[in-house]
Amino acid sequence: MDYNKNNFAMKENSKNLLIVIIILIVAIIAGLFAYGEFDFLPSWFKKPYRLGLDLSGGTRLIYEADLSQVAEKDRDSAMNGLRDVIERRVNLFGVSEPRVEVAQVGENYRLNVELAGIKDINQAIRMIGETPYLEFREQRPQEETEKILEEQKNNNPAYQFIDPYFVPSQPLLTGKYLKAARLDFDPRTYEPVVSLEFNDEGAKIFAELTKKNVGKVLAIYLDGEPISLPVVQEEITEGKAQITGKFTADEAKKLVENLNAGALPVPIKLISQQSIGALQGEFFLKLSIKAGVIGLIAVIIFMLVMYGKLGIFSSLALIIYTILNLAIFKLIPVTMSLSGIAGFILSIGMAVDANILIFERYREEKKIGLENKRALSEGFKRAWPSIRDSNISTIITCLVLYNFTSSMVKGFALTLLIGVVTSMFTAITVTRSLLKAFLK
Amino acid sequence: MIDFIKTRKIAYWISGALVLIAWLSLIIFGLKPGMDFTGGSVLELKLNGVSVDHQVIADIYHQLGYQNVSISTSGDDGLLIRSSDISEENHQNIISQIKEKYNEVEELRFESFGPVIGRELRNKSIQAIILVVICIILYLSYAFRQVSRPMASWRYGVTAILALIHDISIPAGLFAILGHFHGVEIDSNFIVALLVILGFSVHDTIVVFDRIREKLRTHPSLDFGQIINEGINETIRRSIFTSLTLVLVLLALLIFGPASLFYFTLTLLIGTFFGTYSSIFIVSPLLYDWYLFLQKRKNKNQGKIKKR
Repeated sequence: MDYNKNNFAMKENSKNLLIVIIILIVAIIAGLFAYGEFDFLPSWFKKPYRLGLDLSGGTRLIYEADLSQVAEKDRDSAMNGLRDVIERRVNLFGVSEPRVEVAQVGENYRLNVELAGIKDINQAIRMIGETPYLEFREQRPQEETEKILEEQKNNNPAYQFIDPYFVPSQPLLTGKYLKAARLDFDPRTYEPVVSLEFNDEGAKIFAELTKKNVGKVLAIYLDGEPISLPVVQEEITEGKAQITGKFTADEAKKLVENLNAGALPVPIKLISQQSIGALQGEFFLKLSIKAGVIGLIAVIIFMLVMYGKLGIFSSLALIIYTILNLAIFKLIPVTMSLSGIAGFILSIGMAVDANILIFERYREEKKIGLENKRALSEGFKRAWPSIRDSNISTIITCLVLYNFTSSMVKGFALTLLIGVVTSMFTAITVTRSLLKAFLK
Repeated sequence: MIDFIKTRKIAYWISGALVLIAWLSLIIFGLKPGMDFTGGSVLELKLNGVSVDHQVIADIYHQLGYQNVSISTSGDDGLLIRSSDISEENHQNIISQIKEKYNEVEELRFESFGPVIGRELRNKSIQAIILVVICIILYLSYAFRQVSRPMASWRYGVTAILALIHDISIPAGLFAILGHFHGVEIDSNFIVALLVILGFSVHDTIVVFDRIREKLRTHPSLDFGQIINEGINETIRRSIFTSLTLVLVLLALLIFGPASLFYFTLTLLIGTFFGTYSSIFIVSPLLYDWYLFLQKRKNKNQGKIKKR
């Protein structure tokens, strides 16, 4: 009987050791991923953190869109079209991860544009504000195309910026002649088609162009980029055309939005602007990291002084917590703004809360006279309700903050939320495994 | 063992006085809303050692029609210029004029908010505060639903909320005073700090209530006052310690962190301190007084019945 018991204890012990080894391996991998600066690591590990504008430097622009000319039901689609247009323009600036988002505030539509690390803001603002330009272009004759391609190959500067395939239509057909574009479905094949409708003047020009170009491509360009290359099947006189083809519904929808962006320009007005120099961001980042490290060390010293041997385990759990969190931030990725880092540093101070509750409970149980191991497992069990309840109140706050406030605050709410959830895991599971494996 | 029930009157006086001062400051001085609530612009320049005549800068603004210009230094080598909201055109105009006069000066930061954004932010902040308070009341009454003796669980929730009001009134009042005498403005980070204090304050309160809940179950025969007192004494170490770890990181952030987080961290620090204080000295004793009040009324009613 005794022999069996020992055997069981040994099995239990090796199981705990295994869990600890797994935790440590995960922590090491997470640590390498979080740091990511070693040469031997695969490139995936070197993925950078996503920094908020206040740390990377950059510009945030908020535009208000004037949709008074657009029918209510088409507004979402119009805004999406506008967003695509502006995204395309912003991409021309080589911004690393431009973010262009539509936000609806009550009756008003907003466009939030974030440009990280951009130098010439003035030019960016001018370009974003321009009205999208939609035009139809005709195919060049074969010989002309070949000649231009040849000259471009020879680096003839005069030909460098010429489109070798298409030339603006003659007479010129632009977005202002297009009444609207619509997504339809072919009644026979049920495939999505894009319908175009021109105004009276546009219908005449379109008739002339289609007559001239039967069997050829009549390309549609937005801001100098081709968005559709339909082939004219026949002359169209009544000013209504359909673009058919193997569209998916999404592709067709996107084309409609793009066409409408050119047909029904939505004027936008810059109502808010924030530009932060990259230098200052870097300085702030360094200071916050320093504060975070000092805070972490202070908490570790506190735990060691107050709880001795137990403190070692909770400190180890706290370090694992810090590493795991950083890895999660990088993995998702969470945008690390200044307030986000503040939230994370705050969560370091809260992460040991569960440990303190458990260890205090353990002290009490020992006072009553329970032996070490029993007292510890009682401590874990009995501290749980208050750990749960108190963390839920913080989680509630984070959720409200995340859903109700501006993007800067969102970073704070998200890092704090991730922190609270991870800390429940490290402070309870990790600490318990460590204690079980090493505390005799 | 400290008798918190006995000393509660002193704590009530201290807290009452502090909350009163806080509310008076809020009413008389009010909070000074920052640029992100009112709209406006701020331009931060790096001087690179050049000495810049403030009047010259102000004149550039004035000449473009911006009357309210306030210029202050920031750090050793920075200049902050605040004004009403500025269009991009004028912003470029101002920069080129400054560059013309002081070529070495660099633009560090420029922010301009239209008044619409500010109004929205204010509304959203108020909504967020209300929502957090409602959620926490609901959660507390849910968490303590099994404790209906000797008082209904919602009364625990209400008591906790009273403590919450106490905990956020004090930092808010302090900012009204700081705003009046030091020109400190509140921004959206301040609102965030208040909301986080709400969460933390409940945190400590829950630890004490949880112990009371447990003791009510294990020692049903004890007097309610005695249960509360023992509950506080048994949890005081962890209340203080959990707050202390938070205070440690907040102090690190306050001393070593970036200047732009200073007031945010300060708000949290003060809130954390009073949150812990109130969860020890105020919340549970308040619960006891409510209990006494209910007992008294019950006895009175019973007395009436007997008289009949």
